[in-house]
Amino acid sequence: MGEKDAYLLRERLPLLLEAVQAEGYECIGPQWQNEAIVYDILNQVEQLPHGVQVNQYPGEYCGEIHEGNVRCFAWANGPQALKPFLFAPRETLWRVHRDNDGRLQFESATPEAPKRAIFGVRACDLAALALQDRHFLESDFPDPAYAARRENLLLIAVNCSHPASTCFCASTGDGPVAQAGYDLVLDELDDGFMIQAGTEEGQAIMARLNLIPVTDGHREAIEIQQEKAHEQLRQVPGKQLRDALFANLDHERWDDVAGRCLSCGNCTSVCPTCFCHSEEELAPLDGGSSEHIRQWDSCFTAGHSYIHGLTIRQQTRERYRQWLTHKFGSWHDQYGRSGCVGCGRCIAWCPVGIDVTEELQAICGSDDA
Amino acid sequence: MSDKPKVAVHKFASCDGCQLAFLNAGEALLSLAQQVELVHFAEAGPMNPEARVDIAFVEGSICTAHDEERIQAIRRNSQYLITIGACATAGGLQALRNLADGQQWLAEVYASPEYIDSLATSTPISHHVKVDHELWGCPVNGRQVMGAIRSLLHGAVPVVEQDKVCLECKRQLNVCVMVTKGEPCMGPVTRTGCGAICPSLGRDCYACYGPAENSNTEALGEAFRQLDVLPATIGRRFHFINSGVEPFTAAGQRWKRDE
Ligand code: SF4
Ligand code: SF4
Ligand code: SF4
Ligand code: SF4
Repeated sequence: MGEKDAYLLRERLPLLLEAVQAEGYECIGPQWQNEAIVYDILNQVEQLPHGVQVNQYPGEYCGEIHEGNVRCFAWANGPQALKPFLFAPRETLWRVHRDNDGRLQFESATPEAPKRAIFGVRACDLAALALQDRHFLESDFPDPAYAARRENLLLIAVNCSHPASTCFCASTGDGPVAQAGYDLVLDELDDGFMIQAGTEEGQAIMARLNLIPVTDGHREAIEIQQEKAHEQLRQVPGKQLRDALFANLDHERWDDVAGRCLSCGNCTSVCPTCFCHSEEELAPLDGGSSEHIRQWDSCFTAGHSYIHGLTIRQQTRERYRQWLTHKFGSWHDQYGRSGCVGCGRCIAWCPVGIDVTEELQAICGSDDA
Repeated sequence: MSDKPKVAVHKFASCDGCQLAFLNAGEALLSLAQQVELVHFAEAGPMNPEARVDIAFVEGSICTAHDEERIQAIRRNSQYLITIGACATAGGLQALRNLADGQQWLAEVYASPEYIDSLATSTPISHHVKVDHELWGCPVNGRQVMGAIRSLLHGAVPVVEQDKVCLECKRQLNVCVMVTKGEPCMGPVTRTGCGAICPSLGRDCYACYGPAENSNTEALGEAFRQLDVLPATIGRRFHFINSGVEPFTAAGQRWKRDE
């Protein structure tokens, strides 16, 4: 553990929130709403999900509130990671109107990008964010809306103490301990938090807190907690499955999974690295103007493979295969690694509980892997 | 005579609710009145059912011999025919009678059933004439109706919305009621267009927009069974609003049989 770590006693947690608020950030934090951990505006630490523990299984997400349990981060994750804060589910890209001379005038829609701090970010979320950064920012045409929101983001990570049964970040190498990409990172114990900074801004915030040194007892407890968090039920059969996947494009398992899959796209919508979108025009009846809208799409829709009057991937077999061969296969060619950070969301939030790790094992486990 | 495109709104067996998509459109309705001439729209005033029009909207299903004649005439008089709602597009709730003995129902419900002159079936408009565009929903909303008119006014083919409700549900950042509460949500097989209203209010979708493209009703029914929903209840979910259209007809019958 880093030398600049320190300890924030639990009763001083409000100081952290206040310090971030004082920097002019709109604070967002995990909260228990509608039977799930969701991110919402955080005005006071009481809103955090105290005592909430969540059991996640394929197609099932089930929380319990333990009265008297003081911890606020003793759960793995909720249905959404950071994606909606950066890659908006639906937004206007540009507007166009006809001026008095009948000419079309285009104007870009500048997104609102308040200074935003997000509390409780997970290691897998940070790894996914790095992948979304590669996609949206590190190209010749960086996405202005994403860039504006990314620019103003402060990230306060919490290392996972309670991975779900659906988590497999240890096997993808992306968690459960945050490695990079945070401004501050916490390890939660009953009496408080070990806190470390990852950026100068994080350091400046730390300097304003009433911190005490980390004791050997804390260190030991955190070490045990982190070790335990690495013991996860699920795993991917390998970090590089591209070759095995593309060698098995005719595997009978694709038909089998197509029989179970609803082609509903929930897996891609909750996946923190998926970036596909569709676009549409929104115009009033008089035709004098129009808004160009971008919204989340999925390789499970017909439109995703529609080209010149033909839907290439008509059936679920091809659509499910696209999802797996992109995420775990051609992602390596695009971004130098798998597109999966092991968050397990696609397993828990699949209405019929299809488990990517099980499908991968069936398809790649046998021969080439 | 104005040279604005002419629009008619016709009604067959239905509750009139889809026509409210026009009447409740607010400002868009004023704009519509400037762009087109509403030549026939009984619920709003103008009456000229035989007029030749550029766009005919048709609400309701075909339930009588007279309906059969009327829809032929409407087709002949209309350049572009759009069905609005579950009745016109799929036969409506009343299509349940296609799966039962309608005469027996009549005898049970009415004191003098001999005065009722209806067909044994309730069928969608597309079973009788060519339909150019279908707007699903029970009822349809203003966004759909105005969107179709807007496209046609500008010479574009209206967009066919065919994705599943789940896509929109996730865009709204709703928490899935099937995964958290075990509710038998029809979103994974239901056509988008409503804005995922029900899951946004924490309840399960009941499929009022009909089947989405590439719907796996078999797997969803099995998932409901895993949630301990009774077979007959699963059958009724598929047959609730859109029993008259596949794959819902077959899925509903299968689960009702399994009872
Ligand atoms: S593929 Fe599944 S487990 Fe992997 S990052 Fe996406 S949602 Fe998470
Ligand atoms: S193609 Fe599918 S798996 Fe790949 S980013 Fe798009 S939605 Fe995700
Ligand atoms: S794998 Fe599950 S979540 Fe993904 S499309 Fe199929 S049924 Fe939907
Ligand atoms: S609540 Fe229903 S519509 Fe929404 S994602 Fe879940 S199954 Fe789909």
